[in-house]
Amino acid sequence: MKVLKFLIEKEFKQMFRNPLIANLIVFFPTMVLLVFPWTITFEVNNIRVDVVDHGKGSYARRLTDKVEASPYFILNDTPPDYETAMQAMERGEIDMIVEIPHTFDRDIVKQQSSRVGLAVNSVNGSVGLLGSNYMIQIVNDLSKELANELLHKTSHAKIQALPSLPRLTIEQRYRFNPQMDYKLFMIPGFFVIILTILCGILPALNIVLEKENGTIHQINVTPVQKAWFILAKLIPYWTIGLIAFIIAISVAYLIYGLWPAGSIFTVLFSGIVFIISVSGMGIIISNYSETLQQAAFLVIFFILIIILLSGMFTPISSMPVWAQAIASINPFTYLTSTLRMVYLNGSSLADVSTNLLMLALFSLLLNGWAVLSYKKRG
Amino acid sequence: MIVVENLHKTYSTGLGKKGKKGKGKGDGNHYGNGDGDVKALNGVTFRVNKGEIHGIIGPDGAGKSTLFRILTSLLLPDEGPSKATVAGYDTVKDFRQIRQIIGYMPGRFSLYQDLTVEENLNFFATLFNTTVKENYHVIKDIYGQIEPFKDRRAGALSGGMKQKLALSCALVHRPTVLFLDEPTTGVDPVSRQEFWEILDKLSEQGITILVSTAYMDEANRCTRISLMQGGRFMATDTPKGITESYDELLWSVEGERMPALLAELRVHPSVKTAFAFGDNHHVTVREGISVDALREHLTGKGFNKVRITPIEPTVEDAFMKASMEVLNGNE
Repeated sequence: MKVLKFLIEKEFKQMFRNPLIANLIVFFPTMVLLVFPWTITFEVNNIRVDVVDHGKGSYARRLTDKVEASPYFILNDTPPDYETAMQAMERGEIDMIVEIPHTFDRDIVKQQSSRVGLAVNSVNGSVGLLGSNYMIQIVNDLSKELANELLHKTSHAKIQALPSLPRLTIEQRYRFNPQMDYKLFMIPGFFVIILTILCGILPALNIVLEKENGTIHQINVTPVQKAWFILAKLIPYWTIGLIAFIIAISVAYLIYGLWPAGSIFTVLFSGIVFIISVSGMGIIISNYSETLQQAAFLVIFFILIIILLSGMFTPISSMPVWAQAIASINPFTYLTSTLRMVYLNGSSLADVSTNLLMLALFSLLLNGWAVLSYKKRG
Repeated sequence: MIVVENLHKTYSTGLGKKGKKGKGKGDGNHYGNGDGDVKALNGVTFRVNKGEIHGIIGPDGAGKSTLFRILTSLLLPDEGPSKATVAGYDTVKDFRQIRQIIGYMPGRFSLYQDLTVEENLNFFATLFNTTVKENYHVIKDIYGQIEPFKDRRAGALSGGMKQKLALSCALVHRPTVLFLDEPTTGVDPVSRQEFWEILDKLSEQGITILVSTAYMDEANRCTRISLMQGGRFMATDTPKGITESYDELLWSVEGERMPALLAELRVHPSVKTAFAFGDNHHVTVREGISVDALREHLTGKGFNKVRITPIEPTVEDAFMKASMEVLNGNE
């Protein structure tokens, strides 16, 4: 035990003599949470639109105004013809063209209907799809308004004569995240990324560095047990992982007002189980690499798989079956899902027990493998 | 204290799988066995008694470090009827006991550069469940020299001081056997001198030392030496015994245009071998040729002021002779 204590002491000494690591603990979670939630959003905003208005009638004008007033669109220009607008799109200045025919006003008055042309740059699929949907909503809005106005102008008798139209309206209510704020949805995922890097990757690189420096041989010729050596590597990183987790939870609360709807202890407990499993994965990586270069390559390879196949960005249920299989053996998946459940749904410890059981299982498997594959002799 | 019999170690280069790509590297390597694997140790046998300083003399790639790593239980030897024990403990089965009683100083400085001198020493003492205070008398002579810098980080020490710290760390648990893998490589002559004085003192205290070096001049400071090349021990004896068993006529040749002179000597029919040794050439000759005859021959070839003197062989001459014999034996 005395040896373990001394080994841990040595790790902490080295850690705090390395200014990068010491700063990483505080700045890394803070920066991740201050910057990334704003950048990773699936809402589409600021779509630049050119409106080509051929008729310049009052109804056409109202459509243009509605586009300009929408939070989703930026009215870029109102060029005289479609070709000019198309050139602007080809130059990448705009994402969408709305073409209003010169008969727009007349058609609405005479036939109670007209057409609007819509051209969308769909190179970016989500801008194309969501943008055209938003625009259709705006046009529908206007047509509803116009229908009401026309109804008022017709005589009372005529309205009575009209057959009563059945109306269906859908009232949407978003549960657990009423404002549909993507930030709140993504932040628990960022917690997991922070923990993966601090507790999985850093200890792995640290051990490989001892291999590169040859210091690990000096340890290997001593009677120190390999489990002690690994444990002494991990405990400091578990500690800083936990501190960084607490900092991240505080930043999420102070900046975004995000506090778990469920118990904070469930959040911390799940985090600890995850930390243990992910650090085992780091040790395995370090056992199979001899140089920092090899380890860095393995880390980059695995981190991409771990993050993309975890359901953090895209729902697992819409992945192909083989990807779902990978996601189901990914510890990242279980903590992301757990944290979202506890934070947004307010799930209790019992609700997330299946996830925690899986994480505990990973901890056992990965750490067992880590100890077995660490060899004191070649 | 150390008994090694018929030790083999083969490294797989991964090139020799099923003979596919094995040709390229395996055949080009003079100690490859043809299928791409490299034989780093090829039947090494020797014995070191208690309190001896046993030197292993050989060039880079001779297999010195591999031997050290097997004896320090860091590496497993090839399976077979071989034997390697340190203080009676088998290096494969009893590695736990071996790790308690040995001190190992690898060729490269491998202490924690970001820890101070004192912290490094305390660290290694603790790993062996002892303290610096308890064994201070063992390391006093060496550690005393770097103690004024005990708060300096190991990475900021000079080369010679790093070696002293590494030796202190390898000694802090009072090992009975000390393994020093090229301890003086890259160290200045004064520090090398001091280092060997320390080794002498340690051996007087009864510590058995196995030391490897590529410097032939250090060989004379060992109790016994083994000449190593290509994974084999070519000879094992006292330094005196090694030079005494040298049975060639050895002359030193000096003159102008040394490189051309060496080439001329090598084509002479009575010259067996000729090697450049610093500022002169060491030449072995066949019976029947005299110093004057060779000088005349060289003068006739246009080499003026040639000085030829019969000399006593050094360990390096013995090494060159032995390695030539190994090479010729292979052909």
